[in-house]
Amino acid sequence: MLKTRVIPCLDVKNGRVVKGVNFVSLRDAGDPAEQALVYDKAGADELIFLDITASNENRNTIIDVVNRTAEKIFLPLTVGGGIRSVENIRSLLLAGADKCAINSAAIKNPDLVSEGANKFGNQCIVVAIDARSDQKGSWEVYINGGRTPTGINAIEWAKEMTKRGAGELLITSMDRDGTGKGFDLDLLNAIHKVIHVPVIASGGVGELQHFTEGAKTGATGLLAASVFHFGQFTIYQVKQSLANNNIPVRLS
Amino acid sequence: MKQTQNIIVIDYNGGNLASAQRALIAAAQTINLPVHVQISNNPQQIMNADRLVLPGQGAFADCMDGLKRIPLLLETLEKKILQGTPFLGICVGMQLMAEQGLEHHTTQGFGWVKGTIKKINSHGLPLPQMGWNELNFIENSHPVLQGIKPKDHAYFVHSYALYDADPHDIIASTEYGITVPAIIAQKNVIGTQFHVEKSQQVGLHLLANFLKWNTSFP
Repeated sequence: MLKTRVIPCLDVKNGRVVKGVNFVSLRDAGDPAEQALVYDKAGADELIFLDITASNENRNTIIDVVNRTAEKIFLPLTVGGGIRSVENIRSLLLAGADKCAINSAAIKNPDLVSEGANKFGNQCIVVAIDARSDQKGSWEVYINGGRTPTGINAIEWAKEMTKRGAGELLITSMDRDGTGKGFDLDLLNAIHKVIHVPVIASGGVGELQHFTEGAKTGATGLLAASVFHFGQFTIYQVKQSLANNNIPVRLS
Repeated sequence: MKQTQNIIVIDYNGGNLASAQRALIAAAQTINLPVHVQISNNPQQIMNADRLVLPGQGAFADCMDGLKRIPLLLETLEKKILQGTPFLGICVGMQLMAEQGLEHHTTQGFGWVKGTIKKINSHGLPLPQMGWNELNFIENSHPVLQGIKPKDHAYFVHSYALYDADPHDIIASTEYGITVPAIIAQKNVIGTQFHVEKSQQVGLHLLANFLKWNTSFP
């Protein structure tokens, strides 16, 4: 039986971890590669690096980070943030990333998703959707780190993106992100009604129970950042809690 | 002092070759095996290899086209397999070992194992299958499985799988709506449907077993 994936996300800026685990054993706690190794040992099922480097000139720093990480860990790695071209995707994959998460660029240039999927396979194209409630019972897509509304309906967008070849969706609730109130279950349920690719749920976990709630919507990946970075839960605790609620997880 | 083995990861512009190369090097280190792992599509280098690894990502048809575009590559590969050189196919690299693939259109495969690569009838489960799934097999039934336990996990990413195989060629399987062949083996060739290079310790263990695999005594 396929197991529900617990996926820590690391925010990386100019090659450094922005919010990271504070482990005394690390030589350099700001190094994403070192943090990745900690999560690898802790039982993470995949890892996501989100590059929040503002400037284009610093693109190479993330390539270097991916290279150094992929040398040490043998775990699927997704990289998102600032991907604008097929060339960007190619260089990340060559450095050792397994999947690329495309967000704002998919809105500005939807062909990037189709081209990426055609060139490298659907399996390595993740479309990240930042959605906020539109107060009319649905959700709107936001871009540029959740700052800019697009007027596009998130459910329709999810359909369009899978049609164009996205092999997976990363759905972040902007309403819940950082609140600790749990995933937006209505949003995830609405997505799962129309989508048949794997979905990673993101935004809002603050309690162990939230992971189980997310898994019950049909999401096969559960992303969290702060609860792991600040040591609120270990990955093992999360998995144990999921297992106690009859959600299949990989514990060995 | 053991002799350094020459391992070639076959390059046909299909997928993440560096990951396979890195994992092979790491796996060799765990068993203190001296290896030289090179990414290449040069027929001469392939001819001189002690072991061959064929990773694969994307569509069956595209991967086959990529292989065909490189002069003498398929002929060299065929020759090496007949000589008994151990071969490992990963993901689409494994699928290419079948008779044919139906992704996009019908494409001939290597035909080393019986069967056809078809879209998984996952009975409503999302496609691709993406994530960790259990390996079902009879313990120690093949040298590459040594030290791996039934129900150990491997990382799968695929929408297509091997159908109509000879049951004798399937040495491990997994469940995803249907029973999916996870590892196939036939004489000196094996293939993993999962990403052995991304399956943490279980993956490295399998790779180490492959590097030790003495195909003259199967």
